[in-house]
Amino acid sequence: MAQSVAQNMAANAKGISMWFDRINWADIGTALGQTLTMVGISLSLTILIGLPLGILLFVTGKGQPFARPIGYGALSFVLNIIRSVPFIILLIVLMPVTVLITGTSLGIRGVIFPLVVGTSPFFARLVETALREVDRGVIEASLAMGASPAQTIFRAVLPEALPGLIAAVTVTAIVLVDYTAMSGAIGGGGLGDLAIRYGYHRFQTEIMLICVVVLILLVQLIQASGNSLVTRFTRR
Amino acid sequence: MIRLEAVTKSFASKRGAAPALHGIDLSVGRGEIYGIIGASGAGKSTLVRLINLLERPSSGEVVIDGARVTDAKGTALSDLRRSIGMVFQHFNLLSGRTVAKNVAYPLELAGRLSRAEITAKVAALLERVGLADHAQKYPRELSGGQKQRVGIARALANDPKVLLCDEATSALDPQTTGQVLDLLQEINRELGVTIVMITHEMEVIRRACDRVAVLEKGRVVEEGPVTTVFLHPAHPVTRALVREAEGDNAVPATQATGQLLRLTLTGATAHQPILGRIARDFGSDFAILGGRVGHIRTTPYAQFAVALSGGNGGAAVAALRASGVTVELIGGGPTVAEHGAERGAEHGGERERHLHVV
Ligand SMILES: Nc1ncnc2c1ncn2[C@@H]1O[C@H](COP(=O)(O)OP(=O)(O)O)[C@@H](O)[C@H]1O
Ligand SMILES: [Mg+2]
Repeated sequence: MAQSVAQNMAANAKGISMWFDRINWADIGTALGQTLTMVGISLSLTILIGLPLGILLFVTGKGQPFARPIGYGALSFVLNIIRSVPFIILLIVLMPVTVLITGTSLGIRGVIFPLVVGTSPFFARLVETALREVDRGVIEASLAMGASPAQTIFRAVLPEALPGLIAAVTVTAIVLVDYTAMSGAIGGGGLGDLAIRYGYHRFQTEIMLICVVVLILLVQLIQASGNSLVTRFTRR
Repeated sequence: MIRLEAVTKSFASKRGAAPALHGIDLSVGRGEIYGIIGASGAGKSTLVRLINLLERPSSGEVVIDGARVTDAKGTALSDLRRSIGMVFQHFNLLSGRTVAKNVAYPLELAGRLSRAEITAKVAALLERVGLADHAQKYPRELSGGQKQRVGIARALANDPKVLLCDEATSALDPQTTGQVLDLLQEINRELGVTIVMITHEMEVIRRACDRVAVLEKGRVVEEGPVTTVFLHPAHPVTRALVREAEGDNAVPATQATGQLLRLTLTGATAHQPILGRIARDFGSDFAILGGRVGHIRTTPYAQFAVALSGGNGGAAVAALRASGVTVELIGGGPTVAEHGAERGAEHGGERERHLHVV
């Protein structure tokens, strides 16, 4: 530790150019890979779970042809509870369940489950909102053409909501980048983990800085791609 | 073809049930263009949505083609709705689908045709509504009139027997309205599709409909052939709607002398030189105080408020009637009073102050 502090001070004294000499770019590459893996897997699972939940919220919601106030209220209540627990606490509370499911609460495998639990209710809400944006007239027209409620949802409402759904996935992906960084604190791996291990515990500020810059670039990239897809699929 | 029997409809609201329709009895004949007119909130949309059961009646029966369908569910409901096309005020097209894909949508739902058959049918439908060149465009690239043509093509895709139009022209400019009404009449004529047309504009009824029901606050207050309802509106609401379409034709009664008559000529009569001949024959003369001339669908009509004076007025009126002219006394001398006004007599008092042609 003392050595680390000394090194750090020396590095600062010798200027920025010296900083980069000590950075292990391979480590950063590995961490980025881990972050992308965690975000990718948990995003896929979040969509897989959150999309049906969002559709369920939408169809049972008030003012819809298939409104089920009690079912909607119950589902809404559960999702709100999960959403109101701070992610870092969810991470700790879920540990026993995580171990039960994946055998470990550490590393990429250990972190996917809490990530999915943490973001699915959020994504489900975004899906519900996106589906509500669809013109009621379109739903009515579909039903008037003899479509069943299921046909109307899958062939008219979901395709019409596509831009909104892409935006929802974009926002969720960014939240996941944030959450993976947080899960680094309890040994999840990835850029957040690296930043905390080197930057916080070993006082290698430069590594933390680089990790943050990479995270910023990643978020910008996700947002930009999301925006361009939304534009591409907006036909209104 | 379509019968509504003692249909009522209430919506649940915070302050209990809010009635939207009270005891509606309505019968639409096969091949007819039936208009339903009324102010905003009168219950027109609710009424038309009962026909394809987008709305279920609170009581009463919906009978289509002799079959009671009030409680239809599942595939019976889907089949019923496929046999009834619907056209909307705001088009309600799928914005993510091209024109061709929009028209294909109901065919895909029905799942009875192959992909190739659907393509061929869509092409024929777009040809019929004059949009063959726009098949690959998205709705947002179209004008309002073109969007409504897509809506009509889509509504016709499953060869329906009935077309429901809920304010189909209300979002369009007058010229486009005319074109869309012409298209709907062509469809009615060539395909024999029965059309139920909702509107708040008497002009639409006059141009396109055979019969009309006037709806006010959830009740039918007047019903009949458009020639009768438009030329001899009996209910104040109907009169207001006609006046709105025709402009206010009020004539100050003080300027008129003699018997004040309303003459209505329809069909071939409207094109014959009857008035001048009869005036000459009976030594009478008349001043024209107001009038309107035009067509109800394809039937020509002419309606005048005249002040008849001099000569043998009673004989002139009899001759007018004999020639097929409808004569109503709307004020003035006693000569024709015994003939009485055919309709609107009960509202005669109002007319002594202001002579409305309607
Ligand atoms: N789904 C609904 N829920 C509650 N009230 C409704 C609903 N649909 C229509 N109404 C009410 O029924 C009445 C008639 O509406 P509507 O049929 O849309 O009239 P119109 O088409 O003639 O303007 C209005 O007072 C309206 O507020
Ligand atoms: Mg309406």
